[in-house]
Amino acid sequence: MAEAPAGDAVTRLGPILLFSAFVVATCGLVYELLAGTLASYLLGDSVTQFSTVIGTYLFAMGMGAWLSRGVKRNELAVFIRVEILIAAVGGGSAALLFLLFDRVADFRLPLYGLVLLIGTLVGLEVPLLMRLLKDRLEFGDLVSKVLTFDYIGALAASLLFPLVLVPQLGLIRTGFLFGLANVAVALGLLAMLPARARLRGEMAAGIVVAAALVAGFFGAERLQKLAEVAAYQAPVIYAASTPYQRIVLTKAGDDLRLYLNANLQFSSRDEYRYHEALVHPALGRVARPARVLVLGGGDGLALREILKHPGVAAITLVDLDPAMTRLFGQSAMLTPLNHGALTDRRVTVINADAFVWLRANRRQYDAVIVDFPDPTNFSVGKLYTLSLYRELARAIAPDGIAVVQSTSPLAAPNAYWTVATTLEAAGLRTRGYHANVPSFGEWGFILAAHGPIGDAVRLPPGLRFLTPATQAALFDFPADMARRPTEVNRLDNQVLVRAFDAEWSRFEG
Amino acid sequence: MPGTLGGADMARGHLLRRPFGDAAPAETRRTGIAILGGGVAGLAAAWTLAEAGYRDFRLLELEDRSGGNARSRRNAISAYPLGAHYLPIPNAEAVGVRHLLDRLGIITGWQGGKPVFDPYQLVSDPDERLLRLGRWQEGLVPNVALGRADREQIDRFFARMAAFGAMTGHDGRPAFAIPMELSSRDPELLALDGRSWTAWLDAHGYTSADLRAHIRYVCRDEYGTEPGDVSAWTGVHYFAGRRGDAAGDGDQVLSWPGGNGHLAEAMAARVAGHIDSGHVVGAVKATGDGVVIDALDAPGRRRVRIVADAAIVAMPRFVAAHVVAGWAGSAAGFSYAPWVVANASVDRLPGGRGAALAWDNVSATSNSLGYVVATHQGLASVGGPSVLTWYLPLSELAPAKARALLQARPLADWQRIVHDDLVAMNPDLQGAISRIDVWRWGHAMVRPVPGFIWGPERQAAARFAPPLFAAHSDLSGISIFEEAHYRGTLAAEAAMRHAGFAHHSLLAA
Repeated sequence: MAEAPAGDAVTRLGPILLFSAFVVATCGLVYELLAGTLASYLLGDSVTQFSTVIGTYLFAMGMGAWLSRGVKRNELAVFIRVEILIAAVGGGSAALLFLLFDRVADFRLPLYGLVLLIGTLVGLEVPLLMRLLKDRLEFGDLVSKVLTFDYIGALAASLLFPLVLVPQLGLIRTGFLFGLANVAVALGLLAMLPARARLRGEMAAGIVVAAALVAGFFGAERLQKLAEVAAYQAPVIYAASTPYQRIVLTKAGDDLRLYLNANLQFSSRDEYRYHEALVHPALGRVARPARVLVLGGGDGLALREILKHPGVAAITLVDLDPAMTRLFGQSAMLTPLNHGALTDRRVTVINADAFVWLRANRRQYDAVIVDFPDPTNFSVGKLYTLSLYRELARAIAPDGIAVVQSTSPLAAPNAYWTVATTLEAAGLRTRGYHANVPSFGEWGFILAAHGPIGDAVRLPPGLRFLTPATQAALFDFPADMARRPTEVNRLDNQVLVRAFDAEWSRFEG
Repeated sequence: MPGTLGGADMARGHLLRRPFGDAAPAETRRTGIAILGGGVAGLAAAWTLAEAGYRDFRLLELEDRSGGNARSRRNAISAYPLGAHYLPIPNAEAVGVRHLLDRLGIITGWQGGKPVFDPYQLVSDPDERLLRLGRWQEGLVPNVALGRADREQIDRFFARMAAFGAMTGHDGRPAFAIPMELSSRDPELLALDGRSWTAWLDAHGYTSADLRAHIRYVCRDEYGTEPGDVSAWTGVHYFAGRRGDAAGDGDQVLSWPGGNGHLAEAMAARVAGHIDSGHVVGAVKATGDGVVIDALDAPGRRRVRIVADAAIVAMPRFVAAHVVAGWAGSAAGFSYAPWVVANASVDRLPGGRGAALAWDNVSATSNSLGYVVATHQGLASVGGPSVLTWYLPLSELAPAKARALLQARPLADWQRIVHDDLVAMNPDLQGAISRIDVWRWGHAMVRPVPGFIWGPERQAAARFAPPLFAAHSDLSGISIFEEAHYRGTLAAEAAMRHAGFAHHSLLAA
């Protein structure tokens, strides 16, 4: 590091130092708001998160102020270094926290660690500024001016943050932008120093940090892709990794969404459309749907619809993940969605792999609801093969019926009709239908039974989407979704996974 | 790293080097037909006797468990193979193997004279992938980022091999058959046996490095031997001999978590009461009216004498030459390829850039043959822990040198080699490998060196010399299940004829 600048240089910097009080106050508050918002996004319970983040941050500022007494000389150089450090740590904090969220065992450690670090550095700023300005201003004037700029900065930050920054830039870009403001203060001060007092090391560090922040600002989208949780459009209120999958719940207003491995499973706004369409065309075609089997559907929403049929005596639900059925069976936030169906006395929950369970199963059911995840990989693809459908056919009672959720006939028509072709190869009759579920798009289902599948259907009362007329209309396929010949999906060819992948990547561009 | 170092019981095997001396046997047993050796050939012989209703036979096996190099083991995660791990859908002429598969329920029915295979036992898609130029591609033949000349040569080569595959000799037999004994004896085809595979490829302009790399992979995988050390007839046989005959796609393979151990165990179970394991056969002597066999009952630590009407010598030729009186010189010309097979337990499945995890995963840059996923045929829709079976033929060294290396190298060194090779292929396996069990095969396969298959030594060794009937894949010069099974069946039927036991031939079409 170079020699300390002479006292007269500091004197010349007076106005810019006062202005920097405004900037550092704005930045400081923005980092605090970023941490608080991120914590409530990622951990839920925003009151607790904001309280603890603000408390920790203020305490850390106190530590910074206390530590400032340890600075005995070179206040300007230390101030500049602190600015550069805050720019790097604070500016990158939002990106770093997003990236760390699902990569660390306990997210609170990096969260509060960063809050403490940024708070301490910010806490150093004002005492240092005051000491730098102490020879220029009377004590009373000094305190008044610095604190005035400080509080104006805080007001600016608190208004800008919710009204402009978060909606326009998002959290990650906001962080980088304010990091740039911090480093600009440092670089501005360095530029105004007389040549002989230049701090070359600080200058170089400042330029590197500035360049990194600019790169981060423009690369924010790529960073977001790396950060799983930032990819969700709404605040994450629950996230857990089970041995089988990653479960994420988001909530924005009254819209609660479930994601499994980042794939949307339902939106509480329109899931009734999906689940009514999944369940009632099948159950309404069975004379007496007493025994029902559900494969998948651990969220219990299909169960809720099945239980609307008065004749249902016993439902067996087979879902792989005990964490899913536990969550949706017990959480006070989620049970209102499925009306507590998972704990209904008629329901038996079995946590097992559906294929393995079905192969061993020897019972028959009046209705089977097959609600597996989309065939996005070869492991899940096995659940859509001829071999599985042969086992399924054994599980359908002679007068029974099954329904299979079969991806979108609009986005992936070959994939959709492959499911029908494969069910038919297993000796079943089929009828396809589709419904519009806004959060999914045009969605497809296929009925399958041993005999012909008729038009007559009995719908239970209390449905929000299906009426006899709309139900009948679902079976009409416009030309762009019309039936087409496909191969049979077998364990040894997995044509469905390939068709699904090709069609969806084309559909989504 | 936990793990074990295993291999053929060398201590027991080397007992053969010391003659038994003249001590009298503690027990003399009488039997109709003695089967010496419980590999696939011996088990097939036993199965054939049992199928014919012939009950007066014993099978003597050196090891504690029968199965030869089709043996398997099991740990908490999965069964896994110690050697051979798959069986291609057999050709129509492989009548004996088809009979076996039919009886085991692997063939579930027949359509238009063609067998229907159980879909759960056909290898699930995706079956193969190749790591080349930093990315996994589907299939083992290079097909991505190929130069024009490479692509042209690859196409020309496979067209040429297909032509060989469709060819019939002047004697009306297929040019290349499985079992090989049924191949055409056209002199111009047999002439291929006189030169090396490399010389033939060079002479026909197949110089593309990508093509040659694939051919070398196949040659080492199939014969444990470099292309320069096998005959052109054998080289072509791999590509032209397979005409899998099935009601559906015949170009598929059957596999099980324990590899061909599944078939060996099924055959052994059928004849369980006839197997004497842990029996070291020390001397076999044909007498005027039968065979006298002196053996060491290793678990009982005593000498036993078996007096039989006939013996099926189902041991590898290098062992048979040691113990059968008068056969001392008969192993001339037989050489054997040493292999290492390692089973790595992993707590998560490997991934990688490009094509998804397959059953068989090969790297173009590794000298190993890659790895096979033991749990691939499982029906779980979410990948969990697995066992990866890793193969390395020590083909670059002369066999004797390689065997010395095999004995000298300690477990930890092998584990490091296996670990580093797996991690080089799949960096995501770093930290996921919990144990590596290494199995050494000193004499894994007979080597079809130029001139061996259609030369006098093999043909003389294969000839029956009642009351001794030789049976081993060695006698075909190709170490595959179908050849071992054919030799065992053929010998068993000849022995029954010798014994005057009427039976229906399993080899009759």
